This record gives sequence, C-alpha cells and structure tokens, in this order.
Amino acid sequence: MHDRVEYTIESSNKWLLNWKELWQYRELFYFFTWRDIKIKYKQTVLGFIWAVLQPLLMMIIFTMFFAQALNIPSQSIPYPVYVFSGLLIWNLFSAGLTNSSNSMVNNAAIIKKIYFPRLIIPVSSILVALFDFFMAFIFLVGIILFYQQPVLWSAIWIWPSALVVGIIATLGMGTWLAALNVKYRDFRYVIPFMVQILFFLTPVIYPTSMLKYPTLQYILVCSPMYAAVELFRYPLTGLTPDFTLITVSLSSGLILLLIGISYFKRTEDFFADLA
Amino acid sequence: MKPILEIQTVGKKYRIQHLTGGYLSLRERMMNAFKLERRSTEDFWALKDISFQVQPGESIGIIGRNGAGKSTLLKILSKITPPTTGRIISRGRIASLLEVGTGFHPELTGRENIFFNGSLLGMKRKEIQNKFDEIIDFSGVEKFLDTPLKHYSSGMQLRLAFAVAAFLEPEILIIDEVLAVGDAEFQKKCLGKMEDVSRSGRTVLFVSHHMAAVRKLCAKAILLSAGEVESSGDVNTITDLYLKKGLSGNTERTWLKESFRNKEIQILRAAVFSRNLAPQDPIKTSDDIVIEIDFFNFLSDGNIDVTLDIFDSSGVHLTHFGMVCDKNEKLAKGEFRTTVVFPGNILNTNRYTINITFGLNQSQVLFSESDILSFEVVDAISSRGKNFSRLPGIIHPICDWSTIPLTSIHASQR
Repeated sequence: MHDRVEYTIESSNKWLLNWKELWQYRELFYFFTWRDIKIKYKQTVLGFIWAVLQPLLMMIIFTMFFAQALNIPSQSIPYPVYVFSGLLIWNLFSAGLTNSSNSMVNNAAIIKKIYFPRLIIPVSSILVALFDFFMAFIFLVGIILFYQQPVLWSAIWIWPSALVVGIIATLGMGTWLAALNVKYRDFRYVIPFMVQILFFLTPVIYPTSMLKYPTLQYILVCSPMYAAVELFRYPLTGLTPDFTLITVSLSSGLILLLIGISYFKRTEDFFADLA
Repeated sequence: MKPILEIQTVGKKYRIQHLTGGYLSLRERMMNAFKLERRSTEDFWALKDISFQVQPGESIGIIGRNGAGKSTLLKILSKITPPTTGRIISRGRIASLLEVGTGFHPELTGRENIFFNGSLLGMKRKEIQNKFDEIIDFSGVEKFLDTPLKHYSSGMQLRLAFAVAAFLEPEILIIDEVLAVGDAEFQKKCLGKMEDVSRSGRTVLFVSHHMAAVRKLCAKAILLSAGEVESSGDVNTITDLYLKKGLSGNTERTWLKESFRNKEIQILRAAVFSRNLAPQDPIKTSDDIVIEIDFFNFLSDGNIDVTLDIFDSSGVHLTHFGMVCDKNEKLAKGEFRTTVVFPGNILNTNRYTINITFGLNQSQVLFSESDILSFEVVDAISSRGKNFSRLPGIIHPICDWSTIPLTSIHASQR
C-alpha cells in the first residue's frame, strides 16, 4: 500500500534543489499559503478589500502630489493608471520581500520540530503577496475601464511574463534575506529601509525618461524590479521598453535568484539550530 | 529482512560560543573579523558514534538522563538537524509525536488547524479528509470545530493535537514523552493508541523517563549516556540498569574553600540520598529522603537556622521547612552538619530541586542559594501493582484504607 521509500540522512553540502522532494511536499505550499491568507484577513472587517485599498490609497496620494502638484509626466497615459499599474507589481515585490524575509523567523517553532523542505516557507509567503496582487489586479481592470485606457492585445502574454519577472525578483531576494535573517537578525531592520530605497529607484511613480543623466539609468536597471515594472506597463503605454535595459535588469534578477536559492539551500540544514 | 532503520556511527557536534544574545548579529560578526584573538569556542559532542539497527515491527525504548543525547538523536532522526558524522538509512516514512500541536495557530478554527497540522505532519489532504471524523471523535472537541483555537482550553488544544498526530500512519513512529500531559482519562486513551500502534506491526521508537511505560510498550531498549550508547538489549535488563545507576540530578555538591565570600556562613557540602540505600541508588517514592548540609559558621554566638525549599519540576513550591522550627539553640563557631530526614511516601514521582537559606535570629538572611541540589524520585514499582505511569497529583501518601460490610458496623454499634 505504502510506496517503499528508502533514504539516507547524513551531513551533506546541498547546493542543488531537490525537485522530487519539493513535488512530494507540493500540498504544503498550498497549506502554508492558505493558512497565511486566512490569518491575514481574520478578524478584519474589510477582509480582502484591504488588498485593494492599500494600492488605491497610495494611488490617490501619489496622483495628488506628483501628477497635480509636481506635474510629473506619465508617458501619455492618465497618471492614476500609470501609478496604479506600477504600484500593483511593486507591491507584489515589497510585500513578498517583507513577508518572506521574516517568514523563517516567524515559523521558527515549526522549523525546530518538523522536517519539510524549508524553501516552502519563503515561497508560500510570496504566494500570499501574489494573492493580493490578483485581488488588486481586478481593480486595475476597473480603473482601465473607468479611464477608457486602450490596452494592447499583447497584454495577454506580456502581463503574465512581467508577473513571472516580478516573482523571480521577489523570490531571489526573498529567499536570500529569509536565510540571512535567521542568522543575523539585523536584517529585520534593514529590509524596510531597503525596500523604501528600491521604491524610489524603480520607475513606479515616475518615468525613467525624466532622468537627465543616461548613466543613472544604467544604475537603476540593476534593480530586478525595473524589468517587471516596465514590461507590465508596456501594454498600457505602448512604448517599447529599451531592450538593453530590460536585459540588464532581467539578468540581475536571475543572478539574485541563483544567489538567493543557493545561499538558502546551503544554510537551511542549520536553521533549526539557529532559529 | 533488512532493518528498517540503520543508524551508522552517527555523531553530532555543537560549537559552543559565549554569545551575549541568542543569535549572531552582524555587528558581532564584523567586530570578530577585526579581532586578532578568536573567541574561545568549544566543541561539544552531543552524540558520539551512535550505531544501532531497528528491525521492522520492533519497538525500542530510548532512555537516558537529561542531556544524554536523546533529543538530539530524535532531531536527527526526524531530519530537523543533520548529523555531523555518520548516516542513517531509513526504509520507511518517519513521523514523530514530539511535535504534537506544532503549527497550531490560535486564529484558525479547530477544523482549519486539523488540516494544516495534518499536512505539516506529512498527511495528504485526502488522507485527512478520510480520517477527519475519527480524528474529531478521538479528540472530543466536535462542538468547537469552527471556533478559533484561541478560545480552546489548553486541555482541548492538546487533545486535538494528539488526535491529529495519532492518526498518522508512518512506518516508523517516534514518540517522545507525551504521557505527562492531559488528564488521566486522556492519558489512558493515548497510551491505548500507542499500544495499538506498536501492536499493529509499526516500528516505534519511544523516548521516556517512565521506565514502567517503556517496559510496557517496548521489547528492547537503548541506554544513552553522555552522547553514547551505554548499553542496549532486553528492555527489563536495560531499564533495571538505568534505575540502578541513579537518575538525573545533582545529588551531591561541594563548595571550594577558595570561593568563600560570605563572612558569616559558608556552605561546604550538600547531599541528598535515600536513607535505605547506597548514595548512588535512585530515591523511590516510598523511601525516606536524607538531606545533609555541611557548613562553616564564622559567628561565635548566633542563632543560625537552615531553611530548605523543595520545588517540583513544574516549579510548584512544595514545602518550606527549617531546623528552627524543631530546635532553637545557639551555635558556636566551627563546622557543622545538619541532617534532615524527609519522610517517604509523600513525594510523587518527579524531579525536585532544593533551595537553601541560612538565617540569623529568624530575622536576617545570611546566605541563600537556589537549586543547590536536584534529585529524582522514581516509582516504587513493586508498591504500585498495575499502574505503570506516574500518578497524577503532587503528593503520593500511603493512606490507610479499609472496606468492611456495613452490617458489621451496625452490629458493633448495637
């Protein structure tokens, strides 16, 4: 009845992902995500509306200050559409990063007592942010309809790919910071600050074309979220993003993913002793 | 038949550092990088060269004092922490009951917690659904299924937790001291369930301090001592050996003369032992317990009193007693030994710690120290008959019972 399993427990230097094991534990991804979403919205009157309310309020504030007071250009689309689309994918990153970097410490009690692939924890916490993304995405559709904003047909595949790019960026930094936070709790204080800086370095509330120095652009594209935001907005603005800049940003995201996951794998054995 | 579990020369090393906090901070790390002298680290082998094999269907008791390495072994077996040396070959799913209730979240309802906890313990969603009714039935919390866990009593939480774990169907089940929890009725239920498990041909590793329970559930036992297998074999032989060796605790302590700081009184030695037996033997519930305190009195004419406090393992303050209550005379300068006999048949099976206080003239505290001694009182198995686990309650007196026909009372009244 039971499939015969034979395995060895020993000290090992694990660099590679054990896909087979992750697949065996696939239900746990769901359960962790499901639990976190439930807990997040338990005992809140507004419930899932919070997922929309946050970017909405931000959109209103940014529109008031940046579009109306400061006259920041928005690549020929209404500023609220511009900023909301940016905030949408940005929030996936910032919430995902914050969640995942604290996830290992928050689940220390479980880590100390039960074995399962540790990667499930930061990944699920990012999936929670993805859930909020989809909630707010429905609202984006509403805004697009309200402003009668034309959308390119290519959005059908560009939006999902932008989302994948965003998830890669979040996953890479998220797993890395999750592992670092177990060892050095300093990161708990660094992360909000870092997210804030990245927010201003990423063209969420202003277009990069505003920047007078082209070299500055090359520094900005090192942010892995640059590609995600630009790609995500492309079907709205119709302005083809610069290929080189996107490639740089994409590779930076992939490199971070590699570093993040391998650092995580290398340290995960000792989480139970450190957490 | 191949053994289901092969433990091959497993060792686990921990590096002890003298940290200020519980974890490293980046600042400390950076400071250390610039320091020339390395911080003194000490290697500590929690487990050394552990090897044994478990055949399918066997139930094995793992016993040993606190700190002998039982928990570390369990952690390695359940893959929570990797071994430093050696390896374990497992030919079956391992699940352990040491994590009853892990992952329970107060905000989730009972139903939600069952699903999350079950999944965490390695059950598939289908499996949980199939066993859901049984789990609920076993836990006895069906009325509160859709109430958040935070409104449960701790007993209810525990029952729910154990119910989920009890329905796991791994090939190898690790059980860690779960007997000490819950009310008597539920304990019985749990033990019954564990017996079912071991009888159903599943392999069981049982870690406990309760020798009688180990004897009942296991056929073989392994005695760990200071991280090594001291001996293994038939359960009765091994548990006897464990009991004979004296149990955990700090039953004798001496203070060095160099460490004298007090100008009025200095404790030299403290010891606790059973009056009936040699000092190394365990103290049974029926034994009179002797506590000896040697001290030097520097005061030439003082009314010195020695007071002891006994606490049980959960911190309950059992008693406060001192010699001033019995005697009231002045002590001259010099060395003295105070001996007190604590009567048997009062303390229950448990671990106890003793605090000491020296007072002057019943008004001034000269010296006071916590946890100077600790000792364990074990079941006097012979006097207990069939009961094999610790009886509930703090004290365990022998009382005078008699049952006679009512008619004989009426007859005598007439």
